[in-house]
Amino acid sequence: MPYSIVAMGTSWGGLSALTKILGGLPEEFPIPIVVVQHRSKDSDRLLAQLLGDATPLKVVEVEDKDALCAGTVHVAPANYHILVEQGYLSLTTEEPVRFSRPSIDVMFTSAADTYRSETIGLILTGANEDGASGLAHIVKRGGRALIQDPKTAEIPIMPEAAVQAVPTAEVLGLDDLAARLLELSRGAATVDRRTAV
Amino acid sequence: MAVQIAEVPDTGAGPDRQAFKPDLERIEIELLLEGIFRHYGFDFRAYAYASIRRRLWKRIEAERLPSMSALQERVLHEPAMMEKLLLDLSINVTAMFRDPSFYVTFRQHVVPLLRTYPFIRIWHAGCSTGEEVYSMAMLLREEGLYDRSRIYATDINEVVLQRAKAGIFPLERMQEYTDNYMRAGGKRSFSEYYTAKYGGALFDQSLTKNVVFSQHNLVTDRSFSEFNVILCRNVLIYFDKTLQSKVHGLFYDSLAMFGVLVLGSKETLRFMSHEECYQQMAPPEKIFRKVR
Repeated sequence: MPYSIVAMGTSWGGLSALTKILGGLPEEFPIPIVVVQHRSKDSDRLLAQLLGDATPLKVVEVEDKDALCAGTVHVAPANYHILVEQGYLSLTTEEPVRFSRPSIDVMFTSAADTYRSETIGLILTGANEDGASGLAHIVKRGGRALIQDPKTAEIPIMPEAAVQAVPTAEVLGLDDLAARLLELSRGAATVDRRTAV
Repeated sequence: MAVQIAEVPDTGAGPDRQAFKPDLERIEIELLLEGIFRHYGFDFRAYAYASIRRRLWKRIEAERLPSMSALQERVLHEPAMMEKLLLDLSINVTAMFRDPSFYVTFRQHVVPLLRTYPFIRIWHAGCSTGEEVYSMAMLLREEGLYDRSRIYATDINEVVLQRAKAGIFPLERMQEYTDNYMRAGGKRSFSEYYTAKYGGALFDQSLTKNVVFSQHNLVTDRSFSEFNVILCRNVLIYFDKTLQSKVHGLFYDSLAMFGVLVLGSKETLRFMSHEECYQQMAPPEKIFRKVR
């Protein structure tokens, strides 16, 4: 299988977008998924519960050194950065990056440096520009970039910034992203199905 | 070789694709950490890789150096560069009553145990600038236990220990701490504990009457006593699993039977060889009781 990790980043509007995408993936989806959703530093495990109710995949809030598992969505806990290591995830409380902890850029960058061309990065709806440089880094390391079509995003700022940073990314409507991830996981259709922005 | 400064700000991303040879970079990092250990005695060799790599790259970018090996040369020949790197490599993020729900649970589940002891010995390992030590001292005082408690507060870094001893914290954080204090089950008015002084909040010095601040290195130093409570929150996340396991051995050996081990809210004992020796007292809080 060509891909080892799917890295997703989102902020405002992320819950409904994630619900839609993760809800469209089957229980046996073979690639570990790591999600950074910006949220208040005091928020609890509710996000993982809500996502867990919406998808057949297993959803867990990350604890330090958790192993990356197929069929599993690893959700970054509030107020920690998440770093992707070979086969597992580390947490850190280093300073926020662009006012965010967890930071999408930090997670994406470490995913790219660890899994290089085996990385898929996906930027969804959001109200700031976190994730754009991380997505560019994934591409620089030979990985694949997907972006939710800003027209289908609750707040287009984050996907628009990502499109600007990574003009070669595949831009897909919210309804098409799950199917595309499934396709990529099967290693079959690697031809771009880019839609016009 | 180009270093990504403009394009990937502040993420410690490292070199671009052409220059990126991960296996070679790993060799460079291992050589650097080995050199630091042998020359200066600081042992970062078993720190979590992605995190230490990120922080090394941030220093390389800040100094506008071309490579990991260039950093090695500077660090080994310039003690001042080692000083800088030491600050980069020690994360000193903390807050008073950080994770308030932990303190609520500690009052409910651990304080009743502590009441049964004539004398209470607490080790706060990796106490950084001391905010959480002061928090525990306040809690113990409010529960009427402080006078028979002694807190050993240790950190690898002398600079942060000096700040902890001084007990002066930024005034601008008092609003956040007051809020944390109330949510942590505080029984008084938080402002009773400090006075605005020296451009900061000077904390009641009697809070450290029974606190011993001391330098201790979890990687290389041994157990120094037996404790009823060990707190080590968000320190072990910077270590790899092998080192985590070794430090858990140190904690196990330093805890009295039925003593209590407190970890950070996203840390776990899973897959550690001492996992079976503890019972989690009140999930989801990471408070574990040594039972065998």
